[in-house]
Amino acid sequence: MKTLTHLERLEAESIHIIREVVAEAEKPVMLYSVGKDSAVMLHLARKAFYPSPPPFPLLHVDTTWKFKAMYELRDKMAELSGMDLLVYHNPEAAEKGINPFDHGSLHTDMWKTEGLKQALDKYGFDAAFGGARRDEEKSRAKERIFSFRTQSHGWDPKNQRPELWNLYNARKAKGESIRVFPISNWTELDIWQYIHLNDIPIVPLYFAEERPTVERDGMLVMVDDDRFPLRPGEEPVMRSVRFRTLGCYPLTGAVESTAKTLPEVIQETLLTTTSERQGRAIDKDAGGAGMEVKKQQGYF
Amino acid sequence: MTTKTEEPVYVVDSLIAEDIDAYLEQHEHKTMLRFITCGSVDDGKSTLIGRLLYDSKMIFEDQLDALTSDSKKVGTQGQEIDFALLVDGLAAEREQGITIDVAYRFFNTEKRKFIVADCPGHEQYTRNMVTGASTADLAVILIDARKGVLVQTRRHSYLCHLLGVKNIVLAVNKMDLVDYKQEVFDKIVADYTAFAQSIGIESFTAMPISGFKGDNITKLSDNTPWYKGPQYAGLALVEHLETVEVLSSVDAEKPFRMPVQWVNRPNLDFRGFSGLIATGGVKSGDKIRVLPSGKTSTVSKIVTFDGDLDEAVAGQSVTVCFEDEIDCSRGSVISVADNPPQTADQFEATIVWMADEAMVPGRAYWLKLGTQMVSATVQEPKYEVNVNTMEHLAAKTLELNAIGVAEVTTDKQIVFEPYAENRALGGFILIDKMTNATVAAGMLHFSLRRSQNVHWQALDIGRQQHAALKNQTPAVLWFTGLSGSGKSTIANLVEKKLHRMNRHTFLLDGDNVRHGLNKDLGFTEADRIENIRRVGEVSKLMADAGLIVITAFISPFQADREMVRSMLPEGEFFEVFIDTPLKVAEARDVKGLYKKARSGELKNFTGIDSPYEAPRNPEIRIDTTLVSPEEAANLIVDTLLGDA
Repeated sequence: MKTLTHLERLEAESIHIIREVVAEAEKPVMLYSVGKDSAVMLHLARKAFYPSPPPFPLLHVDTTWKFKAMYELRDKMAELSGMDLLVYHNPEAAEKGINPFDHGSLHTDMWKTEGLKQALDKYGFDAAFGGARRDEEKSRAKERIFSFRTQSHGWDPKNQRPELWNLYNARKAKGESIRVFPISNWTELDIWQYIHLNDIPIVPLYFAEERPTVERDGMLVMVDDDRFPLRPGEEPVMRSVRFRTLGCYPLTGAVESTAKTLPEVIQETLLTTTSERQGRAIDKDAGGAGMEVKKQQGYF
Repeated sequence: MTTKTEEPVYVVDSLIAEDIDAYLEQHEHKTMLRFITCGSVDDGKSTLIGRLLYDSKMIFEDQLDALTSDSKKVGTQGQEIDFALLVDGLAAEREQGITIDVAYRFFNTEKRKFIVADCPGHEQYTRNMVTGASTADLAVILIDARKGVLVQTRRHSYLCHLLGVKNIVLAVNKMDLVDYKQEVFDKIVADYTAFAQSIGIESFTAMPISGFKGDNITKLSDNTPWYKGPQYAGLALVEHLETVEVLSSVDAEKPFRMPVQWVNRPNLDFRGFSGLIATGGVKSGDKIRVLPSGKTSTVSKIVTFDGDLDEAVAGQSVTVCFEDEIDCSRGSVISVADNPPQTADQFEATIVWMADEAMVPGRAYWLKLGTQMVSATVQEPKYEVNVNTMEHLAAKTLELNAIGVAEVTTDKQIVFEPYAENRALGGFILIDKMTNATVAAGMLHFSLRRSQNVHWQALDIGRQQHAALKNQTPAVLWFTGLSGSGKSTIANLVEKKLHRMNRHTFLLDGDNVRHGLNKDLGFTEADRIENIRRVGEVSKLMADAGLIVITAFISPFQADREMVRSMLPEGEFFEVFIDTPLKVAEARDVKGLYKKARSGELKNFTGIDSPYEAPRNPEIRIDTTLVSPEEAANLIVDTLLGDA
């Protein structure tokens, strides 16, 4: 009898999780951020329900500051998967013109954390899939696959439901919700390898190309559109760069690279010694416990 | 800093740099092993895991920088790297220096991907260890070489054995602190062998290691040359982890079983049944049986996104189609036709209690097993197990972290197999119906004969015929509220009104029932639940006979009222909440009971020293401070007859 490979087991586990949610939740939604983890999660959802399309919509909590290439892929994937795409903008953040240049961490709080809560409340979703992995960050290593949230979207790390075997408890009271992380047990390498093996479309920004960039506060930032306010003396320079993670373009650091194929990207990833989220400023807030605090407030 | 300069031996860095395609090819074919590490902080558990991550380069440079500075600030290893800091996750845990929850860690070697469940070892964290062990292929039991087999070693071994972990590694750690002496190791192994046999552990693999210094972790250490002798495993820990058989391979050898998660029906031409194969394998053309219906058919195809499969095995998520249209839905189990699992509704099971609130014998909980969700009650335990000595103790209930053996009764037949044969069809969780918390995990031993021998007698005249003759729709008006709220008064008026309208009714009153049917019951929580259960059963029989039943009981617990609701067809149960504030009821005190309760003469009195759980969504709510009993009765009758 054949022994399944680790990727086959991970895939089967994730599909099982996604199906359990659809069977037990009233109104599930998949949080779709257009990054590589989202790409894998979406692909798994399509596999879980084939030949039906996944029986829930995609939700993109947008900040209006993502890379152009991300918006393009997002729309293409929604069409390809046959799923509804909901795009949500926090109206208050839009009205106040919250942006990553002038508002620092408020930008993330308003557009993403608050935006997500508002979107979930607006549509009344009781279960939301997210693409977080346990190997990404310390507090995530201890989070359940079915992570229970209070009516105000809070997470209580001390009061998590025990999760045994592959039995998930999706029961909740009205107004409460669960966040579900079907790719919890995948590592970054697994994600890349799975994308490679399954030929999953990802944003071209993951591959090296000549792009206009400026060096700012020790980070290489791509000038993706004309909203980018150049400081005196700053001049965009064409550099061969790629991105290890994708977020709002002014907050996402590029790395100089020549990796143009997936194996080259994987090679570079494995040989590099800087952990994945370092390209993003978000984890550094509030010292080592940054993400844990953000999660308790309702960040994904 | 000896720990930082040692070169990891099994990392394939050179292959990544030289031939990435070859590396990816290798990674693609890796298998996966899930294991649990058991031991307390003092045994060096976190240090061992930290080292496994470090040696397999799962720690990045920036993390290492943070680690080095943290080690100096809060570490316990002086100027050396404190690997334990790598794996202590939540902020509160870091402050207290203890691991509270289950954390999952990942690392790779050339042959395998590993998922490590890192669990705390103290007795108050038994539930966490049980959680970690539930998915483990293997357990690493850590022993401090200076201390030998301790109470906690026995507890950890017992729990892993209980959860069915077959591969056990006895890692005798901190060998560097006993000068790598063979006698120390031999003595510990001999002690452990005697204990292991006494609790039924058939075999284990013992290894002398040092997580801190790295001895026998990735390769055999020069410090323990004697370990190469024929009486020992002679393997480094990682070598063993890379070669031991994984659970899914074992499951694949068993008969085919797949719990159905979801019915896939995109259009009229396609009907497939989706699930994760629990055991065995399936091929197109196989004869299958669907349980609990017992209907048989043949597999026409196995559908996946990547194309139809000829064959699928345990551990794969697939969608199976049949040649015949037979009844099959979520909760059904698809099995090989000639060797199906059993169905039953009464079991003996081991229960691990995981909630702060103790188990209430007789209370209805949700029981989830595979994809089946049913209502279940647990009887008073036959015994509780002392997890340190494995002694059997008498017990009335199970508290947090207690493990006991008890009878479990489900409200309908479920498809199951003993846990020892099949984790997926023998392991279950219990969920509190009020809080929705997961309160217990359980493992089914066997079904009790009684349920197999008591059958439903098929009757020719059923509830429909009874009701038709009476020309009315049967119903149960379930009054609930505090003592003195006005339940009996209003219930009596309701019956009089219905009687005048030629309806056939019967009023079951709390006090009256306690003079007869339930005179053996007192007022403890368990007795109150049994009181309500019996009244519920009687109400159900009367409703089956076509009557409109009116009951007037305090019935303070939501879970118990829900239990009665679930006995009746949808739409026939009306929860009538007589909502009278405690102050008002106490001021009335028609029977003088509140006075007695306040003076301590009467114990467990609802509202005073026993809680009342108000209905969340009652069909009818009567605020007695706003309407008279007469108005209330009219409102209830109108609602019942659909004139409201």
